[in-house]
Formats: sequence, C-alpha cells, structure tokens
Amino acid sequence: MKNIKYSLIALMGIALMISGCGNQNGNGSNKNGALSSNNAEKVYVAPGEYDEFYAFVSGGYSGNITVVGLPSGRLFKEIPVFSQFATSGYGYSEETKPMLNTSFGFVPWDDSHHPDISQTNGELDGRWVFINGNNTPRIARIDLTTFETTEIIEIPNSGGNHSSAFVTENTEYVIAGTRFAVPVPQRDMPINEMKGNFKGAVSFISVDQETGRMGIKFQILMPGFNYDLSHPGRGKSHGWHFLSTYNTEEAHSLMEVNASQNDKDFIAAVNWKKIEEYVNNGGGTMMPANYAHNVYDEHTHMATSTMKKEVLTVDPTEIPGAIYFLPTPKSPHGCDVDPTGEYIIGNGKLSADLTAHSFTKMIDAIENEKFDGEAYGIPILKFEDVLGGTVSSGGLGPLHTEFDDKGNAYTTFFISSEIVKWKVGTFEVIDRKPCYYSVGHLMIPGGNSQKPFGKYVLAMNKITKDRYLPVGPEMEHSAQLYDISGEKMELIYDFPTHGEPHYAAGCPAELLMANSKKIYRLEENKHPYGINNPSEARVERNGKEVHIYMSTIRSHFTPDNIEGIKVGDEVYFHITNHEQDFDVPHGFAMMGQNTSELLIMPGQTKTSIWLPKKVGVWPFYCTDFCSALHQEMQGYVRVSPANSDVELSWSLGED
Amino acid sequence: MKKASVIMIIGSLLLLGLFAFPLWNIELGAPQYPDPLGLNIHIDGIRGQNEFDVQNIDGLNHYIGMKVLPKSHEMWEFTWFPRINIAMVSLGVLFGLLGFLGKIKYQWFFGWFILMSILGVLGMYDFNLWMTDYGTNLDPKAILKLQNPDGTPMSYKPPLLGHSKMLNFDAYSYPRMGAYMMFAGMGLTFVAGLIGWKATKKS
Ligand SMILES: [Cu+2]
Repeated sequence: MKNIKYSLIALMGIALMISGCGNQNGNGSNKNGALSSNNAEKVYVAPGEYDEFYAFVSGGYSGNITVVGLPSGRLFKEIPVFSQFATSGYGYSEETKPMLNTSFGFVPWDDSHHPDISQTNGELDGRWVFINGNNTPRIARIDLTTFETTEIIEIPNSGGNHSSAFVTENTEYVIAGTRFAVPVPQRDMPINEMKGNFKGAVSFISVDQETGRMGIKFQILMPGFNYDLSHPGRGKSHGWHFLSTYNTEEAHSLMEVNASQNDKDFIAAVNWKKIEEYVNNGGGTMMPANYAHNVYDEHTHMATSTMKKEVLTVDPTEIPGAIYFLPTPKSPHGCDVDPTGEYIIGNGKLSADLTAHSFTKMIDAIENEKFDGEAYGIPILKFEDVLGGTVSSGGLGPLHTEFDDKGNAYTTFFISSEIVKWKVGTFEVIDRKPCYYSVGHLMIPGGNSQKPFGKYVLAMNKITKDRYLPVGPEMEHSAQLYDISGEKMELIYDFPTHGEPHYAAGCPAELLMANSKKIYRLEENKHPYGINNPSEARVERNGKEVHIYMSTIRSHFTPDNIEGIKVGDEVYFHITNHEQDFDVPHGFAMMGQNTSELLIMPGQTKTSIWLPKKVGVWPFYCTDFCSALHQEMQGYVRVSPANSDVELSWSLGED
Repeated sequence: MKKASVIMIIGSLLLLGLFAFPLWNIELGAPQYPDPLGLNIHIDGIRGQNEFDVQNIDGLNHYIGMKVLPKSHEMWEFTWFPRINIAMVSLGVLFGLLGFLGKIKYQWFFGWFILMSILGVLGMYDFNLWMTDYGTNLDPKAILKLQNPDGTPMSYKPPLLGHSKMLNFDAYSYPRMGAYMMFAGMGLTFVAGLIGWKATKKS
C-alpha cells in the first residue's frame, strides 16, 4: 500500500517537474528564483512524507555531523563524533568517555571536515560514514544502522588530518593524508630546518568488511609538503589514490606568501595496490608509535580505548613505480576524480582555470618514462604529457568538483562565489550560478562515487550575512540547494546549518531507512551494569564506590529513593531504559552533578558519575518528556556526612 | 454418503488451522502510533502483532488502570481451548470415517456441527466476558480516571467485532485466518450433513 502511495507521489512529482520546465521555457526569465517559480513545491515535503535523500553534513568546528533531509533541508539529528555532546551525554557518560581518548589524553573536540559513505563496487552501500578529525588527527566511523559513532582511530605521525576521510571503491581503505608536514618521529628541532626534514604521512586504514573495524595497515612517509585534499581512483584508475599538495616550497613562515611562490605544485598519484603488495610481502618498517584506537560495542553499550604502540611505515623511494607527481598549477586545493576514473581534477585555488589530468595519459607517460626530474626521489611527470584538458571558466578561486549522472561536473569558486557547470571531456562551461556567499565544498548525492544520483547540488557556504534574520555578529552558515535536473542549475532553497558545513555526503533515503534501528533489544544488552528487569534494581557499596543499578520505564525510576550515600562517595548511576518502543528515550539528571545529563535509548544502559559534596536530600529527574507523567518521573538521594552510619537502602512504591 | 464423509473429514481437519494461525486480532491505531499496536488472539495465548506490542500496550494501559495482559498460563481458556479443539477434530474425523464405512448416519454430522456451534458461541461469549472485565475492571489507584458524559466511568472494552473509538485510539476487532479456517471447516461439516441427507433421501 505504501509503495503504491509512493509511486503515485513520484508520478505527481515528475508531472510537476515537467510542467515546471514548461513554464520556465515559456516565461524565459526566472529572476526571483523561489518566488517566481514552483521552487517551493520542489523542496516542500508535506507533513508525514519523507525526504528523498539523506545528507550527512559535517559540522567543521562543531566536531559533529548533522543529518539533514533533501530537498527539505530539515534537520533530523546531530551525531556527536569528536565533541562532547551534552544533549545525549556522549563524551560525558562513563561508557563514551573512552571514545575521545587520544595519545594526548582526553581531547573532547575536533574539527570534522569530510564525511564519506562506504562503497561497494564504487557505489554507495550505506553501511558506514567515515569522517576525519582535523586537529588531533583521527578518523571516525559512524554506523548507519544506529547513526552513532562506533569507532575512532587516532593517526600517528600526522598533523592536520585534512586530506581525508575518503574511501576506496570497495571500502578497502580509508585514506588519511596529513595537511601539515611534521617531524617523524616527533622531536625537538629548529623549525627553520624543516625543509627536507619534515615528512607528510599518508595513512591507509584498512576496514574489516564484516565489522567495519579499522586498523592502520601502512603509512607512506611522503616528502614534507602539505597534503590538502584527496580522492581515490575509480573504475580504470581503481588502485590509485590522488592527493593535491601545496607548499612544495617547504616554507615554514608567512605561508600566505611563501607557500605560493611556485607556479605549480603537485597532485601526487599513489599506486596503493603496488604498495599494498610490497607490504604484504613483508616490506616497510615497523616504527614505534603511540595512538588510540577506540571502539564502541553496541551490545555492551560501552567504548574501550586501546593504545597502539607501533605503525608500519613505508619509504616511497623503496618502491619504484609506486608514486608520481603530476604538476598542477596555482596551489591546487580540491582533488576530484570523475565517475569513470579517467580525469583527476585539480583546482588551482589561486587561478581561474581547472586542470583535468588524464589517467590514460598519465599511464602512458609513466610507461614511456617521460619524466621532468624528481622530488625527493619521486618522479615528476611533464604537465603537458598528462593534461587531459583545461576548463577556462572565468571564475576565480576554484575549490571543489562533484559530478552528476549525465557526464557533467560542478565546480565551486570561492572568490567569485559561484558554481560552474561544465562537461567532462569537452571541458566547456555550460552554466554558472552565484552562491550566497563564499562557497567551499558542494555535494551531489553519490557525486564522488562511480554512480552519482544527480538531481541536486548542495552548496555549503562560509558566510551567511543577509540571508536570514540577523542574530548578532555570528550567523550560522548557510547551505544552498540547486536543482540540477535540467540543463541550467536553479537555486531552489537555502537553509542554515550547524557549525561549519564543511562538506557533506548524501545518499537515497531508501538505502538507509530499512536498516535503521528503532530500539536496542533489551535481551541483547550485555552491559556489565545493565539490568534486564526492574526487580534486579539495587544499590551496592564497594568502599567509597557506590553502584546504583537503576531502571527506567514510563514514568518512574526504580529505585526512586536512595539513602546511605555519604559525602566523598563516588556514585555511579547505571541506568537501563526498559522501554522497547521506537523513540522513547528517558533522561537522567542529578542536581549539582559536574557532568552532563544522559539520554538513554530504549534497551540501552548508560552510566553517569556523581561526586556528592554536600549533605542533604538531592533530587534527580528524567529530562526527556516521556509521557503524561514525565514531570513525576523523579527521585531523591539522601547524602549524609562522611562519618555517618546511615545504612544503604533504597525503595520504590513504599508509603 | 461416501462423498459426505470425505467432506466431513476435510471440514474437521480445517479446525487444525487454529493451531497455526491467530483466531482474532485487535488493533489499536492513533496518530502517535503510525504503526498500530496489535494483539493476535491465538487459541493458546495472546501474542503481539509486532514483537513488543504486548509490552507497549501494557505500558499504555497502566495509566488507565487496566490489568496487564494475561500470559497463557494465567487463563484456563488457553489450556482448555486447544484440548477441546483437538477433541472436536478427532470426533469429526471419527464421525467421517464411521460414515464412510456406513456405520453411522448423516445425523451425526449435524450433531457434530450443532455441538461445535454451541461451543463456538460459548467461546465468543467467554471472550466477550473477558474483554468486558479487562476493559472495565480498572485499578482504583489508576492515574487517569476518565468518565463518560453521564458520569459513569469510561470503559475501555474493545469491540467484539468491528470498530470503536476509545479516546484518540481507533480499535479494530476482526477474525483472522484461524477463525476463517474454522468457519470454513464448520461450513463443510454442515454441507457434509446436507449431502448425506440428500443421499439418504434418494435411496
Ligand atoms: Cu522519562
């Protein structure tokens, strides 16, 4: 029945689109965008209806990801990844604190930039989203059945984990390239001696196809340039990975000027299959390291953090034929590969033109050894020999390119604040539309895979200015949605995002909806402090530690009165939510607690620590409006002096 | 009479469907339950239409003081109804066989049908009594005490058959596959009686 309904809606949608196109052709001009056309209908998702696409929008400096529907722009969820998140207790609860552990200790924030959805045969498969933490180099994996962060691995020998997280065509690897060259291993040395001494690590993180479990398989210690962005080859170029570089000058000061002296930097082409083979045959050097590997177990509802002590490093000069440099003009930023895998687009952020390298020509040049010198032992190919074409756009400051399902590419221009549509292969400009304002990345659902879905471009802008009602000097950044189903792009909607919408990954809703969990099954709860039945609720003292095994159900806690707690105790509230109903969390908040509340999902157990400091009777309550009697969902803890002999006791339902 | 006896046997065997399929279904839908909650009444117990429906219906019902839904062992019906059903199937098959061998006459088939009809009506009556008790015998300490406009306490008894509105819930109560198989089986036994009667008249 639902299917019939949906196909009817789809038919109506198509009819609307056709009539819309007809109108535009008839009217000719379409100056006012949303006002003068049926754009409102294109983005309107009626109450109770679903969006067509999920978009996972990185939060940049929020450290998180927001899940947004397209075309409506509705916010569904904020997934905490690298930042403590008081809304749910992520990074505050005892179970999730280990997720934010690093070799520097607890780092409760990061700068999350590039989400990428896992792939099979070059197509999005909807299993996981990977995203990088830029600041303290980390890669996180989000499980798309629970939409929760389930793994975070720290990247050693790295600084500014920017050219990541991008997955190869069967999610064999997540690749994490360092933005900053750093001493490897880290040591005390003069900064002005960096040239030739710093390294740029490119890490290949293997992914277990069953569990998604990550592990650093090897790190290539590249010359000490800055590795900016990257993309894996696909189709014919599968097995290669491409990274744009800047500061091939290896300057260490006033980078604004000194890193922009060379007319051309490089795109590094890495034949990872060759390096993988070398490593599988025992190549590479094990190097001492110290980095955290944090894994969240969905059944114990707990994360564990393990410190890893070594990493396999590879000196690229020891594997001839594994890496080449493709000269690319004007400090290239984006590095994008078209769906066929033939063109590697390097966007010189200080130029007006795009450079498309040809993979076929690259292989040909390598076979004929047409080199133009080398850098740190890595052959440099001749620009003219690998150039597949140039897009002379007339825009300024090209940054990022994504692709549609019809052989077109869309590139953002930061300085001239626009999106330019051009044809892959002929490199002619087809259309251009302004962005409001200063666009960084753009996203087409599936637009960095072998099978883009097309239909929409989402532009993520850095400046919002006058787009919405002013709210003081700081505005949330805006994202803008363009309909790209026709020959010309059309701006149909814009909406504010949270944090810095740095980049996004999108996929059709049906890819994820059926697998999305509605509850955690209580019977599968393996939390060591979880209870399967409210009758197991109890309070246990172990020296100064007090463990409260508590259960919640609409609309009460069991137990709800606890006595015998003393000043100086360490009180652990282990709370199990006994609901088995979709979207019925309960909350927990304790007065004066030096941490956040918790939100506990149906079937889940979470633990919160409380260090009672004052004698008295202190209330706790449920923070999630769970039922008509939510306000009654409360209890008290009696705190006695440290030397008191009040017996530990608890109760529920006694008069 | 042979044909009638075969139909009698098939008809009786159809009652075995009650062991595989639910007899009745009560569904509760409301705007906040886009996937309605539902109970399947089987001959040997009550099961949720979806995995956690029983728990969630109990969770809702405790606000108005309704009892927790009975487990199989908490109602004699769920022990005895399967036994009675087996007995009736055996009896029906036995009658059919005896009829086939010419040992008994078609009246026995009608006899079985009448007995089964009485048992069926008694079963429905008992079911209705239970629903009345479940829907009206409420915990006096219930948190929500709702009254009808005339001041009498509100009843939450689901309809025996059909639809009724309870607060913002739409309750639907309809037979399911098990009941349809039973009705079909009983129909066949009646037909068997008729055929047997006609065959006797002819000879
Ligand atoms: Cu609650």
